[in-house]
Amino acid sequence: MSIPFYVAPEQQMKDRADYARKGIARGRSVVVLHYADGILFVAENRSQALHKVSEIYDRIAFAAVGRYNEFENLRQAGIRYADLRGYSYDRTDVTGRGLANTYAQVLGTIFSSGGDKPYEVEIVVAELGTTPALDQIYRLTYDGSVADEANFAVMGGSADVIAEVVSRGFNPDLSLAEAAQLAVRALSADGGPNAAPRVLGVDALEVAILDRTRALPRKFRRIKGDRLAALLADGSGPAGDPSAARPTPSSVNGVEEPPKKPGT
Amino acid sequence: MNDGRQVVELTSEFFRIGSSSFTDFALRVAPDVLPSSRTAAAGVADLSPHGTTIVAAAFPGGVVVAGDRRATMGNIIAQRDIEKVFAADEFSIIGIAGAAGLAVELVGLFQVELEHYEKIEGAPLSLVGKANRLATMIRLNLGLAMQGLVVVPLFAGWDETTQEGRIFSYDATGGRYEEHAYFSVGSGSVFARGSLKKLYRPDFDVNEATMAVIQALYDAADDDSATGGPDMTRKIFPVVLAATGDGVQRMSDERIAEMIGRVMASRAERPDGPGAPLA
Repeated sequence: MSIPFYVAPEQQMKDRADYARKGIARGRSVVVLHYADGILFVAENRSQALHKVSEIYDRIAFAAVGRYNEFENLRQAGIRYADLRGYSYDRTDVTGRGLANTYAQVLGTIFSSGGDKPYEVEIVVAELGTTPALDQIYRLTYDGSVADEANFAVMGGSADVIAEVVSRGFNPDLSLAEAAQLAVRALSADGGPNAAPRVLGVDALEVAILDRTRALPRKFRRIKGDRLAALLADGSGPAGDPSAARPTPSSVNGVEEPPKKPGT
Repeated sequence: MNDGRQVVELTSEFFRIGSSSFTDFALRVAPDVLPSSRTAAAGVADLSPHGTTIVAAAFPGGVVVAGDRRATMGNIIAQRDIEKVFAADEFSIIGIAGAAGLAVELVGLFQVELEHYEKIEGAPLSLVGKANRLATMIRLNLGLAMQGLVVVPLFAGWDETTQEGRIFSYDATGGRYEEHAYFSVGSGSVFARGSLKKLYRPDFDVNEATMAVIQALYDAADDDSATGGPDMTRKIFPVVLAATGDGVQRMSDERIAEMIGRVMASRAERPDGPGAPLA
């Protein structure tokens, strides 16, 4: 009878974390940031059918990177959790914090249980507060740890490089167009400061917002097609080239330049 | 199994693949929250207030649904400003007559059902799909209906594929029937339908269709004691919702008040309402 090799728990957890991290790093990134009237989600996603960003409840949305079937599972569970809670109690009793806690429990249990493989996902649960000060962005990693992000969150491969670009251009009063252009510029600069930024067209982007100005109780809205193109072209300043309206003009303008105010 | 904690923990049922229905999910996880899990003894119907007349009329470009504001318990007026017509989602409307408490609960469940499907699948149900889903929910309620807690909905909405307003009626066993042009349910429905039969024209615009359903509700209230007429002193007027290609909109109180004013003025001249040509 053979005795199994002893593996120190530290090593075991490290191996599992490395495994999860590698899986996540393979995927394209998602940027979640506050803007003047709500919270903006921009994902690089060439599929129109498989979403990385989606609605959970009236004021709560979900964004994820990593293995699709795993975060899709989490997304559906989150919708069921929110709808059941809202139906049993009241719509105002569904909170982003509650959902983030529940996700943390699930991810943490799966990560540390010996049986399952860890989930190769990273997710953001964002909630629109009644005032901008109460807006929340919770970022959850594969091991169930939760971070409460103050301004923005970036997940996926080359998250550090992208976060660097976002942090340089970010301020909480960005208009929707400015915030969207900043996020796209950051996503397209994922090769690092020395590489030329890639061109990310409307087809390669998945954009959604939690919009405080929306009159309906459900604040989540996708922006796509012509409206997305118009948003990314809005106030892009001296790019001047009419064909630049289709690909993202901000990525043509260069990374460093801050976006101009739309209008004057 | 179904204590309070069940609602906050993500059991394996939350991760089950395949179902986009909230009702199916809740039946497995927390059946106690659903109206269908209830058992009722005979005679319980007398304990519940009854909501009454709902009227719908289609016009080119959409459909309007209106409901009076009265709930009754026997000869008592239980509530004079109850609302019985709701937006089911962005493009459809549900109005319910029958046991009021159960009806409101069923509307809430139906709204969650549609929203749940839309969020899980990433696309809304078709209008006929929504109508069929409602039929299933009424069917689940058959046990209660047998004890007297009957709920009869009227479902209407804008059909994105056929680009028209459509109306669906139901019976207590969950039978679903598509109605054409106009329909009405509840205790005053016979009078309302008779009124609409004379007033309705297929070339209505949204204002004319609204006027027609308000006239029909007035006629229902005229002859049915359980249907409330416009309450001029308290300013309680029918709830009217319209579903068009732009979505569901509730008519503002000011607009309805203005229309009611015109109805009252013309009824002061001719109390039975507008006359139809004899031939």
